[in-house]
Amino acid sequence: MVKVEFLGPINKEAVEIDVKNLKELKEYLSNDEELKGWLENSAVAVNDKLVTSLDVELKDGDRVAVLPPVCGG
Amino acid sequence: MLEVFKGGVPVIPTLERWYEEFKLEGYGAMIPFIGIVRPDNGIEGLSFDLYLPMLNEWFKKWQNLNDCKITMAHSFGDVMVGETSFLCAVFTKHRTEGFKYLEEFVEDFKANAPIWKYDLKDGKRIFASDRAKELPGAGILSS
Repeated sequence: MVKVEFLGPINKEAVEIDVKNLKELKEYLSNDEELKGWLENSAVAVNDKLVTSLDVELKDGDRVAVLPPVCGG
Repeated sequence: MLEVFKGGVPVIPTLERWYEEFKLEGYGAMIPFIGIVRPDNGIEGLSFDLYLPMLNEWFKKWQNLNDCKITMAHSFGDVMVGETSFLCAVFTKHRTEGFKYLEEFVEDFKANAPIWKYDLKDGKRIFASDRAKELPGAGILSS
């Protein structure tokens, strides 16, 4: 299982799902109406490292974070 | 050194502590930056979420400079107008490179630190989407 967390203002509980790579995750999340506006501008981290391509395999225990636009200070 | 505080950062005690810690390490300049919450658009304050694992990771690259030491503190939760949500200090041998590092550091912080800001207005906590910046790779999960 892969744990997917939605950070900051997305306001959605983490989910644990069975996906093998980011393409499958994209497919899975595309059905989620709550996320529609967020996925367009959110970045993705796998095990706390940002990724910029969907060509990433996922294994049991991996953690994915969905990060909306940031603004510190 | 990266520190986080629930609510406003205690400015003077934190700066004093950093000054005492590094004043004998050969730095001739300590340049502080104090980010104060402004009363823009009738807000009562700001509020912040931060994601500490990636914040620490982001800060690592600023901890390995040969000629500069950077310390920072940031708030999570609510910070009212007049309080400080972001504090940093740059220590260098001379002021010139210190001002350069300060500018680069704060720019990188604004663009890449995993922190989310909200306005506190009329009892509500509203995401400051107009001031937020997309991180690298944003949108890859969008269809």
